[in-house]
Amino acid sequence: MPDRGARAGRAGEAAISIQGVEKSFGALRALKGVDLQVEQGEFFALLGPNGAGKTTLISLLAGLSRPDAGRLAILGHDTGSDYRAARRLVGIVPQELVFDPFFTVRETLRIQSGYFGIPPDRAWIDELLENLQLTDKADANMRSLSGGMKRRVLVAQALVHRPPVLVLDEPTAGVDVELRQTLWKFIRRLNGEGHTILLTTHYLEEAQALCNRVAMMKEGRIVALDTTRNLLAAHSHPSLSFGVAGDLPLPPALAARAQALPGGRHRLALGDFAEVEQVLAACRQAGLQVEDLEVGQADLEEVFVAIVSGAAQGRIPS
Amino acid sequence: MMLGFRTLLGKEVLRFWKVSFQTLLAPVVSTLLYLLVFAQVMSARSEVWPGVSYREFLVPGLAMMAMLQNAFANSSSSLIQSKVSGNLVFMLLAPLSPLEIFAAYALAAMARGMAVGLAVWLVTLFFFPHVPAHPLEVLLFGLLGTLLTGVLGMLAGIWAEKFDQMAAFQNFLIMPLTFLAGVFYSIRALPPFWQSVSRFNPFLYMIDGFRHGFFGYSDVAPLESLAIVAGSAIALSCSALVLLSRGWRLRH
Repeated sequence: MPDRGARAGRAGEAAISIQGVEKSFGALRALKGVDLQVEQGEFFALLGPNGAGKTTLISLLAGLSRPDAGRLAILGHDTGSDYRAARRLVGIVPQELVFDPFFTVRETLRIQSGYFGIPPDRAWIDELLENLQLTDKADANMRSLSGGMKRRVLVAQALVHRPPVLVLDEPTAGVDVELRQTLWKFIRRLNGEGHTILLTTHYLEEAQALCNRVAMMKEGRIVALDTTRNLLAAHSHPSLSFGVAGDLPLPPALAARAQALPGGRHRLALGDFAEVEQVLAACRQAGLQVEDLEVGQADLEEVFVAIVSGAAQGRIPS
Repeated sequence: MMLGFRTLLGKEVLRFWKVSFQTLLAPVVSTLLYLLVFAQVMSARSEVWPGVSYREFLVPGLAMMAMLQNAFANSSSSLIQSKVSGNLVFMLLAPLSPLEIFAAYALAAMARGMAVGLAVWLVTLFFFPHVPAHPLEVLLFGLLGTLLTGVLGMLAGIWAEKFDQMAAFQNFLIMPLTFLAGVFYSIRALPPFWQSVSRFNPFLYMIDGFRHGFFGYSDVAPLESLAIVAGSAIALSCSALVLLSRGWRLRH
């Protein structure tokens, strides 16, 4: 796919810039002063529990809502005062599975392209359909598609005007594993070609595998913002799970730290991998025979739970 | 040039064209049924105007009623369906200006209204051959009338958040205003009080002016009707543009 999304914005401009954004719905303060910058070419995850304000923030970026205070820009173009330029530069995949039942898949894509002032490009539409495995459904009415197929049409609609910035609001919700993999393969490819991707998802393993940087939101605020690697290093620890032959008790020093697992096994959180040998040595000294050993990797879910529950403090670079 | 506007207009026209049995043919059949029933029942009535029988009198009124109702239905149903099903988001995400959105919905509504009117007129030619005395006047009132109700439909579609609200708008405002606008009678036949009340109904001027284009007779001076219809259309259009610019009930 030649230089499709890399129709980049102004050099040096952030792909997405959000400054001091506030938004209320009646008495509910959905966003309480959000500052966030996503650089060009990033694959960025915006995470948070339900009601944290992720979708509100995306609605503001998309121009579906207007902020009460603050400024949002796509590649330097204000989403309010310069909305035409801003909207041309961003493709949004909405969370809800919406479609127009009057039209076929191809008509839907042609219409969406026209809305953005771009004459429908059959070759590009065919390429999108092929990459999203929709070619054989091109002339099918939207009503006849399965949920997963409708979701893929939404992705195609967001890309049909070739935006350099793509925002995916829970794109894999309700999508089966195979389709998810197809989708991520395509999105990774777009990112490799220069598209900036902003992703919200509840599948944290997806965010961990795909995204270079992560922001976590809670109650309308960003509570953590860092690279995925730094977040994992700062808040998540490897773990050691094991059983003991004969179900003998652990030495007191280990027993105090251990979490009981089903089947008489134990789990210990480690400071680092070097601690594995110390644990094994302590067991040997106590005359225990360790079996069924398993070293667990750090994961983003652990970090997320720790930060969102308030057990850990996120880092927000100034 | 203005591809976004042309696409939205094309989509809105295609939308009603794809279901033309419901959007074009059904109104023509309903209008014919009104015509056959009323023309039969009231056939003994004397001429409404010199040389204009009651049956002939009915045709332009019924045609205009169908045009106005269908222009309203086009923009209102498109907006409320898109709102309720959520697909309005596709239009709202696009870099379309409020003026482009307004013009596309208004022109699509006018296209449907005019298509229904043309079809009704062509079909009624088989029963009551009649050629408009002032075709340009017919065209002008047809265009302005369908614009006015198309914009009214747009306002209703912007305001309503449920099908129920839209049905209330249609049944308690549009239907009475069209039925009581002199489609089936000349307001000169009403008692003075009801003649005065009828004068507050903007639909009266659309139908009366349209009918003047056919027969050269009307209850109200055609220029007065034209001024009221054009003024109302401009006022409603300005209101719709303001609401679209503010994103009222469309963007939070």
